[in-house]
Amino acid sequence: MSIGLIGKKIGMAQVFDDEGAAVPVTVVQAGPCTVVQIKTAEGADGYNAVQVGFGERLKKITSPARGHIEKHLGDDAAIPHDLHEFRVADPSAYAAGQTLDVGLFAEGQAVDVTGTSKGKGFAGVMRRHNFSGQQKTHGQSDRWRAPGAVGMGTTPGRVWKGQKMAGRMGQDLVTVQNLRIVRVEAEQNVLLIKGAIPGGPGSLVTVRPAVKSPGSA
Amino acid sequence: MTTIIDDIVGQQLKSDVPEFSPGDTVRVDVKVVESGRERTQAFEGVVLSRRASGINENFTVRRTTHGIGVERTFLLHSPRIESLRVVRRGRVRRAKLYYLRDRVGKAARIKERR
Repeated sequence: MSIGLIGKKIGMAQVFDDEGAAVPVTVVQAGPCTVVQIKTAEGADGYNAVQVGFGERLKKITSPARGHIEKHLGDDAAIPHDLHEFRVADPSAYAAGQTLDVGLFAEGQAVDVTGTSKGKGFAGVMRRHNFSGQQKTHGQSDRWRAPGAVGMGTTPGRVWKGQKMAGRMGQDLVTVQNLRIVRVEAEQNVLLIKGAIPGGPGSLVTVRPAVKSPGSA
Repeated sequence: MTTIIDDIVGQQLKSDVPEFSPGDTVRVDVKVVESGRERTQAFEGVVLSRRASGINENFTVRRTTHGIGVERTFLLHSPRIESLRVVRRGRVRRAKLYYLRDRVGKAARIKERR
């Protein structure tokens, strides 16, 4: 694992590449992020990680949050709006107070983007699990979106755990792997990432170098 | 927030697009890459439709060659379009001229707008 950035999804747009083809991109306001805390395997935490902060929290600052930041960054440091930890192999390359920005990424690089998907509410099995539903005709009524049988008979006499049923859909932590960075706008701290990423505009995402990247630049 | 997107899109919009509408005959010079070499290909015909807005604005051009109708849709702001010129202005009463597809010869004519 390597370090990444916390960002905010702005929305989607379309850009033309060198060949003149229109490329769909997601615009992400990524960073600048402040390194808040270094965790080491030798220290009290027992694992290597870097905690980074994004944005600034101006209202409703809890005392634990203030205490945490004051301990690591000093008394007059800004309180980040959001914190996120990245597991790293070598935490000694980072120091508290250091600023990370979009310079971390290069154009053409493959990245993994993690975010919270849009909530879909209570969804039926066709929408939630891609079930086929049942016939609309041949004497059926009320059954065209029904799940069908959920188990066997007297044996086992119960429904298996994990049986796919209707329920709350979306608002899950979703990672999309191997998306390409189309452009890095350094002065605006903006990344243009090819394709769609989880969540709606304004939602928080993390961008990391791709874990499995066959042709990473 | 959305001003960032407006910036990105705005940089790519062409400012020198001539005024044209469905019914007009236009000449589009398109860049094509053939066996590694880039050249310009002209496509002239009647504009059937013009739709969408912003960076995605596009238009469809129809021409008939050797009795076969050919339609191409272009992204208006695409860098592949080298130039766009209005050859003739047409007087039409529809925004989308898809009815031209069912007409051949004299019936497919469009009156010129003066």
